[in-house]
Amino acid sequence: MLALFENPRLRGGIHAEEHKAETSAKPIATNLPLPKKLYIPVQQHVGKPAEPVVKVGDKVLKGQLLAHSQGTISAPVHAPSSGSILDVLDFPAPHPSALPIRTIVIGTDGLEQWRTLDIPSDPLQLEPEDICKRVGDAGVVGLGGAVFPSAVKLGLGRKNKIHTLLINAGECEPYLTCDDRLMQERAEEIVAGIRLMLRGMNAPQATIGIEDNKPVAYQAMLQACRPYANITVVQVPTRYPMGWDRQMLRYLTGWEIPADGRATDIGVVIHNVATAHAVYRAVCLGQPLISRVLTVSGGAVGKPQNVDVLIGTLMSHILKFCKVDMTKTARIIMGGPMMGDALPLADVPVVKACNGVLALTADDIELPDVKPCIRCSSCVTACPVGLLPLEMASRIKANQLDAAVDLGLKDCINCGSCSYVCPSNIPLVHYFKFASGELFKRQQMEHKSEQTKRLIDDRNQRMERIRLEAEAEAQRVAEARAARAAAAAQAKALTSIEEQA
Amino acid sequence: MYIISAIIILTALGLFLGLSLGVAGKYLKVESDPLVEKIEALMPGSQCGQCGFPGCRPAAEALVSGTAPVSLCPPGGTSLIEQLAKLLGIDVDLSQSQDKEIMIARVSEDTCTGCTRCFKVCPTDAIVGAPKQIHAVVADACIGCEKCVQVCPTECLQMHPIEVTLRDWRWPKPLAKAA
Amino acid sequence: MSIKPISGPHVLAVRRIDEIMRMVILALLPATFWGVLIFGWPALLLTATTLASALVFEAICLKMRGVAAKPYLSDGSALLTGLLVALSLPPWAPWWIGVVGAAIAIVLGKQVYGGLGQNLFNPAMLARVALLISFPIEMTTWVEVKPLLIGPGLIDSVSITFGGNTADAVTGATTLGLVKTGFSLNQTLTDILNNYNGLLAFIGWERGSLGETSSILILLGGLWLMREGVIRWHIPVSLLATVTVLSLLFHWANPQHYLSPWVHLNSGALMLVAFFIATDYVTSPNTPLGQMVFGAGCGLLTFIIRSWGVYPESTGFAILLMNAVTPLIDHYIRPRIYGRYRNGKPLDISHP
Repeated sequence: MLALFENPRLRGGIHAEEHKAETSAKPIATNLPLPKKLYIPVQQHVGKPAEPVVKVGDKVLKGQLLAHSQGTISAPVHAPSSGSILDVLDFPAPHPSALPIRTIVIGTDGLEQWRTLDIPSDPLQLEPEDICKRVGDAGVVGLGGAVFPSAVKLGLGRKNKIHTLLINAGECEPYLTCDDRLMQERAEEIVAGIRLMLRGMNAPQATIGIEDNKPVAYQAMLQACRPYANITVVQVPTRYPMGWDRQMLRYLTGWEIPADGRATDIGVVIHNVATAHAVYRAVCLGQPLISRVLTVSGGAVGKPQNVDVLIGTLMSHILKFCKVDMTKTARIIMGGPMMGDALPLADVPVVKACNGVLALTADDIELPDVKPCIRCSSCVTACPVGLLPLEMASRIKANQLDAAVDLGLKDCINCGSCSYVCPSNIPLVHYFKFASGELFKRQQMEHKSEQTKRLIDDRNQRMERIRLEAEAEAQRVAEARAARAAAAAQAKALTSIEEQA
Repeated sequence: MYIISAIIILTALGLFLGLSLGVAGKYLKVESDPLVEKIEALMPGSQCGQCGFPGCRPAAEALVSGTAPVSLCPPGGTSLIEQLAKLLGIDVDLSQSQDKEIMIARVSEDTCTGCTRCFKVCPTDAIVGAPKQIHAVVADACIGCEKCVQVCPTECLQMHPIEVTLRDWRWPKPLAKAA
Repeated sequence: MSIKPISGPHVLAVRRIDEIMRMVILALLPATFWGVLIFGWPALLLTATTLASALVFEAICLKMRGVAAKPYLSDGSALLTGLLVALSLPPWAPWWIGVVGAAIAIVLGKQVYGGLGQNLFNPAMLARVALLISFPIEMTTWVEVKPLLIGPGLIDSVSITFGGNTADAVTGATTLGLVKTGFSLNQTLTDILNNYNGLLAFIGWERGSLGETSSILILLGGLWLMREGVIRWHIPVSLLATVTVLSLLFHWANPQHYLSPWVHLNSGALMLVAFFIATDYVTSPNTPLGQMVFGAGCGLLTFIIRSWGVYPESTGFAILLMNAVTPLIDHYIRPRIYGRYRNGKPLDISHP
């Protein structure tokens, strides 16, 4: 009956076992030993990969530029520690396929020597353009997981008239508490970052949405925001996927972003709370994004906690630091258990997108048999977007991708709520990921077949031209021969006439 | 009386309808079957001949006349089957259809003699090179027709699957365990 | 490194198909026990026969389909179907009614469509309607209430169920049956229902199908399922509300010809259908709105057939008809997608 009175702004969603208590009360560990080698992939963001500017053998200082951004949507990467460039090679990426990605390897010297930092005397007096430039130069990207270059987002915000900056501190994924801890310990810095973002976009006000399962963080943020009337802190109900930015926006304001639009279209920009902190570091301290806080948790972790980690540190290094029992570990996950990716190996680097490493035991991850769909429509109830996952999956199973698209496949956010509640354990999200990839592939194929047609046409035309030319040539030769023969005949005739004469 | 009037009416009706059909046939004549053109536009257009027809247009004609199944084109894959079935209004069971892995040609540099035979047959100009020079295949333009493989005198052209990179890695289809 | 990539989510909810089926069976048990209590041993024997044959038919079909039988037999879906068939039978019906009912439900109602989750019609209701049409005598012979301890003993019961020895049984008609025959004799409702006791009907002390008499026990079971989140409120509420509103209107207009809501709600299979049959996942729509349309449709058809049809009890027909409409409802009633209008067009960009 409760559904009758449910807030229409809050649709679908699930309530999973939180597992947050293991880590949310422990301070962020900053004493992770410096690894001997750091592996920094050149692409840790949405958009074009960065282009390396260092050579093997170069000495680099902490914070020095390693690869610069290229194109409008891109972000640079920086050296997380001082040392020398050992190699630029293809190294397994933190990705479910573990396929290689171009990676710069730094051999650390243990000195942690910073490059000269450009610290503005009064950051809040900087010009908005200057703030955006500093954020972009520091390689700040969305740390909630989307890794969209933040400077681009701020720039978009400046171009469109923004009335609200929404700070997403939902952190709805189970296990993860890195944003929670960050707010508990560094609330002042986050608020400074938010004020910089507001100035960078010329936006008047900000709203921070925090799930109500983080009361301590909420109090800390409330305290830190007290001096600033234009920043409000709001508690939102704990319900996955509250941290889906569009869901949070709908809950807090009642507005929906059009399916084919961006948040800026309705005058809103949404940033993650950790991104606000990175902005503070980038502008106020002049430090590029070279480290981040991530949660290490899961059944196989001996010392679950949040760790401040340098980008490029291998996950195996962190797991060892947190006393992970590898024999008990059944699956290593980058990110949260709902949307995170299972990694086939632990020797992959931490990247900017990585907000958690989970070492789950066989008990944590059940592997039940897949049963047929009983059309219970739990997935329809759980879907925050308003899709029909069961119908979409059955179409995809029958390879009818176009039918699945008609049902709204492209609006799916892969949040996993449907798979979570499915009593038949149908891997619904897996079907949707497969279908999206397949659609992309088809698009590429279509592109290629167009190109092929053009190439074939070109070739046929060229062949035709060559044939025509050959014919013309042959004709010319024949004509020339005929002319020569005629000339010879004429000459012969002339001589005979002369002879006669 | 009734019989006569019925005969007259029916005859008149038949005459009128026949006449109008004849007129319509003359004035609304379609030059060629537009369906064939539509289908040909959907086809890959590489005239590869894998369907058993000499090219994409004959294949399209066969499809329209109903003598060929919609699954005739291996390079088109499931996507083409789905589109063709929709266009022709046919119900097909796609659940068993599986796309063939796309292969592209690659030149082994050790054995290439630079004979230029391969790039003469390549329908998409995907092979570059000059006489007595080692040839190379432009992977993006190769359509996997294998024509070059057939003419290569030293068997230095071979078909290889496209290498997967991080950018074009895709999720595989989940195993359908349940009935 | 050829590990098959596993997609998230990596944690799953704990409720599985078999648990859902178990909970539904559990919610039906009070009504089942009540049926056994008031109709004696024959009811128990009939239930057991039906359940066993449901399992056997399921196993045979799975074998024929070449599917491993064990995981499907143990998920409890066949058991639940069998139980629902048994609950809708007259309590002293001969054993073969139960067997034929189970066969129709499992083979024709479920497995020919491709097994669990594929059927168009509710198997139990299909069996009930098929039996009612094929064996009208056996399916409308309603025994008087004969509680377990004062009714026939176990041995007599065996001969009743398996020997067809029902000669000395005192039978009568159900309330709805009485009304239909009464009208054909030009009696008024007051005459027909002079023995009707609303409270007894609510508790279930009356003639009727094995497990359908006790409204209160079925209601409690249904409410428990709702509280546990196994079924949702949309279908039962819209179904019962439709019947209530319609009967209220007609009863108010002509109390001598139309039954009151209370009689409607507490007779026949209405309660069982509202909470356990219409809410069948497989054969009901997927969206809340669709479910409400479905429920209202079931209620409307039930009322129409009960009031003006030939058959006294109509819920089975109503359910089957609405089952047939379910794909249509699902096709037209879809949830609104985030950022889009109901017709699928993206929302207009507007600066709030």
